[in-house]
Amino acid sequence: MTEQQTGVNPQQPPRSPSAAGRPAASRATGIGRLLIAVYGVLALAATGRSFVQILSKFDEAPLAYSLSALAAVVYIVATVALINRGALWYRVAWATIGFEMLGVLVVGTLSLVDPALFQHATVWSVFGSGYLFIPLVLPVLGMWWLYTHRPAVQAVAGRKTP
Amino acid sequence: MIEWFSWLQLAVMVPAGVLCVVLGLFGRKPTDLTMGATLLVELLLIVQLVVALVAPLVGNEATGSLLEFYTYLISAILLPVAAGFWALIERSRWSTVILGVACLSVAVMVYRMVQIWTVQGV
Repeated sequence: MTEQQTGVNPQQPPRSPSAAGRPAASRATGIGRLLIAVYGVLALAATGRSFVQILSKFDEAPLAYSLSALAAVVYIVATVALINRGALWYRVAWATIGFEMLGVLVVGTLSLVDPALFQHATVWSVFGSGYLFIPLVLPVLGMWWLYTHRPAVQAVAGRKTP
Repeated sequence: MIEWFSWLQLAVMVPAGVLCVVLGLFGRKPTDLTMGATLLVELLLIVQLVVALVAPLVGNEATGSLLEFYTYLISAILLPVAAGFWALIERSRWSTVILGVACLSVAVMVYRMVQIWTVQGV
């Protein structure tokens, strides 16, 4: 799986100097792969949890559990959008990751300011503290990665078809 | 769940995960060592599945939700397999890191499974 050699942010520091001989471009792509993997795990976690919540106790908190399910779907779509390359998927990735950022900020804030609203845990409650704050950190990394891998930037490098 | 076996799992999964993440960040491609560590984690989960199926028959009942327990267990079983296939398809250092991330995620899930099985009644 060879990637284009440019389209990389020059300010981006090399992760590990010991990996000599590898161009910076493939390293950035590699971190992207890791990002996709972590997104996949989070999608699985969110899906599993909302599956259990909806099956066993949906009546207790329809709002919180519907939100959990919605978040799970958005994580799945974001994972798929990150894997696929085209311009359309790029926009889908921005939309879903932006939605996550918004979700974790709004729900996280509300769950602290007005705990009565979210008595039942969602992925985003207290900024994702139940998930090691990964839901808070991941959208930031995702947006950074998208920003440094704009289709326009890749086009300069003679990229593959969208 | 058998308590000592749960701790044994964690005692294997956490070092295995850390090992893979560290070796990956140092630029190693997936090797027999890292793939083997992931395979070991997977085998432990399969044994855990058998233990979970048999334990209630001998009077060791889960105190929490079985649905939640098995959702964690099945998800956990899928993770090392997915990461392992990824490592076979794409032989890069990041595949090694991903093996480690999978092992560590599984460790967190096993810990949650212990909680579901033993300390409920909130």
